[in-house]
Amino acid sequence: MAKAKIAFYWCASCGGCEEAQVDLADKLFDLIEAADIVLWPVAMDFKKEDVEKVGDGSIDVAIINGGIRMSEHEEMVKLLRRKSKLVIAYGSCAHMGGIPALTNAYTRESILKYVYEEAPTVTNPEGKRPKTRVSVDEMDFELPEFLEYLDPLDAVIDVDYYIPGCPPTPEITWEAVSSILSGNLPPKGHVFGSDRALCYECPLNETKPEKVTLDTIKRVHQTELDPNKCYLTQGVLCMGPVTRGGCKALCIKGNMPCTGCFGPVDGVSYQGAKALSYFSSVINIDDEDAFRKLVEEVGVDPLGWFSKYCLGKGTIKRR
Amino acid sequence: MSGEFEPKIVVIACHWCTYQAINLAGTSRMKYPPNVRTIRVMCSGRTDPQFVIEAFRNGADGVLVAGCHPGDCHYVNGNMKTMRRTVLLEKMLEQMGIEKGRFRREWISAAEAKKWVDVVTEMVDQIKKLGPLKLAGRGDE
Repeated sequence: MAKAKIAFYWCASCGGCEEAQVDLADKLFDLIEAADIVLWPVAMDFKKEDVEKVGDGSIDVAIINGGIRMSEHEEMVKLLRRKSKLVIAYGSCAHMGGIPALTNAYTRESILKYVYEEAPTVTNPEGKRPKTRVSVDEMDFELPEFLEYLDPLDAVIDVDYYIPGCPPTPEITWEAVSSILSGNLPPKGHVFGSDRALCYECPLNETKPEKVTLDTIKRVHQTELDPNKCYLTQGVLCMGPVTRGGCKALCIKGNMPCTGCFGPVDGVSYQGAKALSYFSSVINIDDEDAFRKLVEEVGVDPLGWFSKYCLGKGTIKRR
Repeated sequence: MSGEFEPKIVVIACHWCTYQAINLAGTSRMKYPPNVRTIRVMCSGRTDPQFVIEAFRNGADGVLVAGCHPGDCHYVNGNMKTMRRTVLLEKMLEQMGIEKGRFRREWISAAEAKKWVDVVTEMVDQIKKLGPLKLAGRGDE
């Protein structure tokens, strides 16, 4: 049997996903044993032309991380979709927009204005902005355009599987890649990881009472967390109840409540709304004024707290 | 069809109070604007915030969640969950740039047909003034 062909690509990403792929460590040898890597910008010198040359559908798996922020990302993922049998969205950004999708709460214009003019570290008296076309020494250059919204991968192309996480753990990466390369394909749309919420695998689950009710809300930096007691019962937001397990509760073991990077469990499309819903349910304040006062005092930031990684799935677009 | 902007408003109404108030408004032959599409739920506490986001994503210009007055919930405290959710949701929609007035929560009892008519009329007027969803607030804070 011919060796499988595998492509990696990055879009709007921070580099953490590439780091996670490199963290496969000795498993990388097993990967090279089983497959030829035909594109991997972080580690190998293949170009867009190399991908254009191969036949449609001749790449077996394309693993794409990062959200779709620039027109270049859109062009590349459409090319990879055409050339690949399977496309995997890798990491929170490709899966749900990730942290960069929080920019969807701002207009493109206000982002560019801040970044190129208003940021305290920027000096730009002529108010220069990026252009899509520029001529230097009579040579014309075409540059990618900054899009209005940051979209998750499946808003632009058809996606077969998702590997969640910010970044995905090397274990879950290997589990997904090895099962796909061995031909053991899950149903389309499958998200790797557990199919139950994080609480089921959380070491602190035993300390959780049957019914959690909170009289107040605290922020992580305002409270000294007891590492041996369910964080939610200590009054801070833990996204565990609305987040897919599979990460082995890494953050919890590091004395940090879950922030939700594995995304929602099956059946939920927008984790941020679901999290807002669950958190409101456990708070035990029935007086509206008292609740509003608490929300203001604590500085509850619903978008940042509940949609840290998933705003790409909940963005309401202008009409 | 006139050229005037006709907003689409999704109403999520509790079966035991607001939905009955809407019925009462109808049987009493009260008039209210035809811009509302009502979805009945057994309790306003059934309103998953995803429904509201989904309505806006799919073309609603406004969303109204309406339930029983505090203390009157058929299921004891479902509307208290609605209260807390809508306070946070309102804040979240504002962060997303949705103009004030497009999302509203009201307590309307089964007897308050007049209140239903007033709320809907006011909301439609307000959203007509705002026009289609512009999300103009995005980043202007």
